[in-house]
Amino acid sequence: MRRGPVPIYYGTGPKIIGEADNDAGSIRAMTADRVSFTLDSTLETVNSAEETAGRMATEAGFDDEEVLKISMAVREAAVNAVLHGNAYDPNKKVMLAFERTAHDLVITIRDQGKGLDAGKIPDPLAPENLLKTSGRGIFLIRSFMDVVEIHPSSAGTELKMIKHVRGNAES
Amino acid sequence: MTMKSSTRQVDGVTIVDLSGRITLGEGSVVLRDTVRDLLSKGQKKILLNLGDVNYIDSSGIGELVSAFTTAKNQGGELKLLNLTKKVHDLLQITKLYTVFDVKDDEAAAVKAFK
Repeated sequence: MRRGPVPIYYGTGPKIIGEADNDAGSIRAMTADRVSFTLDSTLETVNSAEETAGRMATEAGFDDEEVLKISMAVREAAVNAVLHGNAYDPNKKVMLAFERTAHDLVITIRDQGKGLDAGKIPDPLAPENLLKTSGRGIFLIRSFMDVVEIHPSSAGTELKMIKHVRGNAES
Repeated sequence: MTMKSSTRQVDGVTIVDLSGRITLGEGSVVLRDTVRDLLSKGQKKILLNLGDVNYIDSSGIGELVSAFTTAKNQGGELKLLNLTKKVHDLLQITKLYTVFDVKDDEAAAVKAFK
């Protein structure tokens, strides 16, 4: 597994708005293959999460099309966390983590909202829902990622997204 | 990151040239305000030129749907022009490609308005 550039990469990445848990700015925890951020419930977080995901995916060796899908999935997940989960509450945080394993890029995003009931999300492809102006976020995430797990609880929702690493990413 | 919008008139059709990103926040607001402004002024034949829109998220998709239905509900008509591959693919997987009237030639699109 490739080591070395990942933590440096994130340390100099885009501006992440968030509350620092240590002296490393918004970076809460960082190892060679895992980095996580604690972020405010703001629109800026959504943009920053997307940009960071794009860089992480590129670093993991994904091609441009896959990078776009991954960054879009993270954007949608961040929108869910900031808007629907934390409802822009300044007292609630979003936790975003990226982890490289031997075969996967694993992205976890967690909010402090009431907990998303995935079973109640209407199918956006159903004819009666096609002209609705919202409700496509989870669908897009599932379309773009290989594995998507939603873990709701009374403390918030954790969304785990996995993209399998292919090609030269294991060099 | 921001979206720009400008309008021009061609044979009674208002063409809205959009560029940038239609995403939650500014991009979606620009699109919403532009379409509402046109409809309030009675300009109900609207052709959204998305040729320079390189990114759209679920909020942007929702805003396109909203623009489409708002125009229709007010007796107007809204069509899409020059989709980039990314936007085209998004409308395909969300099954909206056939909901919208999508054109790839401006002159033909203008003529297609009733």
